[in-house]
Amino acid sequence: MPIQVRLNGELRELPDGLTVAGLLAHLGIKAPRVAVEVNEAVVTRDRHDAQRIGPGDAIEIVAFVGGG
Amino acid sequence: MADTWSIGARTFTSRLLVGTGKYPDFATMQRAHVASGAEIVTVAVRRLDLAAKGEASLLEWIPKGLVLLPNTAACFTAEEAIRTARLGRELGMGDLVKLEVIGDPRTLFPDVVGLVEAARALVKEGFTVLPYTNDDPVTARRLEEVGCAAIMPLGAPIGSGLGLRNPTNLRIILEAARVPVLVDAGVGTASDAAIAMELGAAAILMNTAIAGAQDPVLMAEAMRDGVTAGRKAFLAGRIPMRLHAAASSPMTGLIGR
Repeated sequence: MPIQVRLNGELRELPDGLTVAGLLAHLGIKAPRVAVEVNEAVVTRDRHDAQRIGPGDAIEIVAFVGGG
Repeated sequence: MADTWSIGARTFTSRLLVGTGKYPDFATMQRAHVASGAEIVTVAVRRLDLAAKGEASLLEWIPKGLVLLPNTAACFTAEEAIRTARLGRELGMGDLVKLEVIGDPRTLFPDVVGLVEAARALVKEGFTVLPYTNDDPVTARRLEEVGCAAIMPLGAPIGSGLGLRNPTNLRIILEAARVPVLVDAGVGTASDAAIAMELGAAAILMNTAIAGAQDPVLMAEAMRDGVTAGRKAFLAGRIPMRLHAAASSPMTGLIGR
């Protein structure tokens, strides 16, 4: 059964049981370029393999962009 | 001895910090960065566009060896700014943050209450906090008291190009501060940068004045020169202003008298 999460502000269905690392792979994102927050807490790179995504999680995936 | 300045444990030679926003393209930005001589560049933290695959990354265009200074631009609460700072640290693997807590969308003036609150929290988390603040000496003192590594008062609203609107307040902030004071925002052209440095600012941070110029690369060079000239004039010690003339040539020994 897929689970529903809020990913970068939008509702989205994901396969159940993904870790953060699995989510990034699922989305085709290279981990070194992004930072991930789950439920308003940063998931540091060393925890990408351990932290699991659960139903209803609010996930933010961010990167550096131009700014002043 | 080299004229350097420091934030925390890091020492810099260039007194010009530049942004990475609003350039016509990454190649122009890169050339402008090199021309500016900057050692620190600001970057923003934003949601990744999950639909856009394989887009060119900003980071590939920033010359190697430059220090990245993530900002919390467009954060309107202390909580948002703190979360953004943490994400910036995770992205950049450094503890520097340009802290912005904005209080008004039209002027982008800082919410100084939220700013001090966020600064206090981030200092406790080990961040090296560089707060973008108003030109208010009391707020500057509060920011220093909570442990900010520098104070960054605005010269004028962000992107306005108005130049230094309140040089006397900047002087009062400079007089009292025991951490580096950087003028952040409002600079329009090279003379503005020179004036800020003549007042004794440790450095200047700017984005739009360079990125929005008709020739960003040439303006970056002009800003570098303006900062250098202003810094040298500050060190040299200017003459006092006086109302009347003081002749440069002898007033005696004139012919025909």
